[in-house]
Amino acid sequence: MIENRRKFLKKSAGVLAGAGVVSGFISKYSTGFATASTEKPVAEKGIRWGMVIDMRKCVDGCVKCIDVCHVTHNVPEFDNPKDEIKWIWKSDYAKVFPSKSQQFVSAETKQKPFLTMCNHCADPPCVMACPTGATFKRKDGIVEMDFHRCIGCRFCMAACPYGSRSFNWRDPRPAIEDITQEYPTREKGVVEKCNFCSERLAKGQQPACVEACPEKVLTFGNLYDKKTEIRQILKDNPTIQRKPELGTNPSVFYIT
Amino acid sequence: MIEKALTGNKVYWSWVALLVALIILGIYSYSQQLTYGLTVTGMGRDVSWGVYIAQFTFLVGVAASAVMVVLPYYLHDYKEFGKIVIIGEFLAVSAATICLLFIIADMGHPDRVFYVLLYPHPNSMVFWDVQVLNGYLLINIVSGWTVLEAERKGISPPNWVKPIIYLSIVWAVSIHTVTAFLYAGTPGRHLWLTAVLAPRFLASAFAVGPSLLILISFILRKFADFDVGDKAIRKLATIATYAAIANFFFVGAEFFTAFYSNIPGHKHSLQYLFFGLDGKYQLVPWMWFSMIVGIASVLIMLYQQRKPSQKLLIAACSGIVVSLWIDKGIGLIIGGFVPSPMEEVVEYFPTFIEITVTLGIWAIGLLILTALLKVAVAVKKAA
Repeated sequence: MIENRRKFLKKSAGVLAGAGVVSGFISKYSTGFATASTEKPVAEKGIRWGMVIDMRKCVDGCVKCIDVCHVTHNVPEFDNPKDEIKWIWKSDYAKVFPSKSQQFVSAETKQKPFLTMCNHCADPPCVMACPTGATFKRKDGIVEMDFHRCIGCRFCMAACPYGSRSFNWRDPRPAIEDITQEYPTREKGVVEKCNFCSERLAKGQQPACVEACPEKVLTFGNLYDKKTEIRQILKDNPTIQRKPELGTNPSVFYIT
Repeated sequence: MIEKALTGNKVYWSWVALLVALIILGIYSYSQQLTYGLTVTGMGRDVSWGVYIAQFTFLVGVAASAVMVVLPYYLHDYKEFGKIVIIGEFLAVSAATICLLFIIADMGHPDRVFYVLLYPHPNSMVFWDVQVLNGYLLINIVSGWTVLEAERKGISPPNWVKPIIYLSIVWAVSIHTVTAFLYAGTPGRHLWLTAVLAPRFLASAFAVGPSLLILISFILRKFADFDVGDKAIRKLATIATYAAIANFFFVGAEFFTAFYSNIPGHKHSLQYLFFGLDGKYQLVPWMWFSMIVGIASVLIMLYQQRKPSQKLLIAACSGIVVSLWIDKGIGLIIGGFVPSPMEEVVEYFPTFIEITVTLGIWAIGLLILTALLKVAVAVKKAA
């Protein structure tokens, strides 16, 4: 009898412990929001670099930000679209925002060139997918690449829902016109993408594209600091993010 | 035991020579790929995986399907599988080996392959896939070889091997589940982002594996004078039939969800694969061929169970293998990248180099399988 009771107690303790673990998981994965919103509450502490792109000011045909970025980072120029490497580029509105309303809008609106780049997601699927930590999220929110750690498996490219990543299908060096000494060139077989100019931020400079834009289309700043210009813009204007329904929390915002 | 693979007749050596020739061609092509980079393949910025990863996915299924003979024989004591169980295990060994080779062939930096172990990131499904695949390879080599060795000596297998065999049953399911999770966890690819992917992977694997085993059994009967027994073959045929039915049921469920819900993103990849999208329809004939041959094979399988016929069985098994190879080895991976996240339809054509590397790797697998089966048959016949 006593033996049985002991067994029973042991078992129920096990069940209770299991339930405890499960409820721990539940609280970890619940957002604490009453509504099923895609937004996640964040503790706004420290730095999270972000960008607002005001497309009302962006001039058609102007590629100054693209040129300066690609020169700054030794991005090669290939004719074959298969081999293409892009850090920042322009694509049709309808392609950048495929799930936004396209009904009754003019062809011009649909095809309006929109700037696009890595979103430096707060919850980046590429970082989840990377098997070696070659792509990782820094404390300041930048999703960075370690070119020496990348094994070239391209899982990050499959995982990125924005098509922001490029792979060096061939040796990029012969396709760079003037090699910039301030930033490393890459070799074939590794993935690369926009790094929010982390090398320039370290020197206290703004990202190259932000600085190069004569129309002030791009505003860069700390999203977790309420006093910054970027937060003021986000407060005063309706903005959109790319595919927010995926829960990646992009740090790049658009004014359309 | 391995010396038994070094004796054989003319047919055996011609087959080996053919495989070696394909391997040499593959090595040459791979050297080109190492020199110039993956630009020599048809892959690109939009379709960033191609036949290599597709073969890998298909072959993980073949490897996993060994469980369909191991489980009835060891767990349910189904004696009729006594001769075929070793063939299943060795099929798993060769398939798992070339799975790993296909991953390496696909890597931009194959010299850094050990970074996966050196800098482990358990967040990544790749990390788990590498663990389970290598583990499965090891388990099958050890259990298959040990049991065969015991049989050669005319003694019963050592007791320590039993737990390893039972482990292989669970492990087999895990390798294909983890492989499905590589795809099923990507937020932006609608064709892959489905909970039914892992069950569908298992169903198609358990249809292809037993079908291949039946075909191998007929080959061994013809060329090696080794008979696994009609009862075993008929049981395998039943397993393959119902697994194939389950697979097509899952495919139907995918179609229903995509087209009844009418959500464009969910429909796009299926539209591209089966009807063409944006004026591009490269894979449409392949997919319909796969679908029609697959379903026809299932019907033939069902028919020949009432009226047994070796010819029909061979035709149906070949049909199932070809159909599901197209489905998994072409459609699933390439379809996942079309349209791209920017809603662009970019088509992919494998290059000569890519195809010869692929054939070379398959040849390596077939060579390993040939040698292992040669040993197994020699031992079994002597016993």
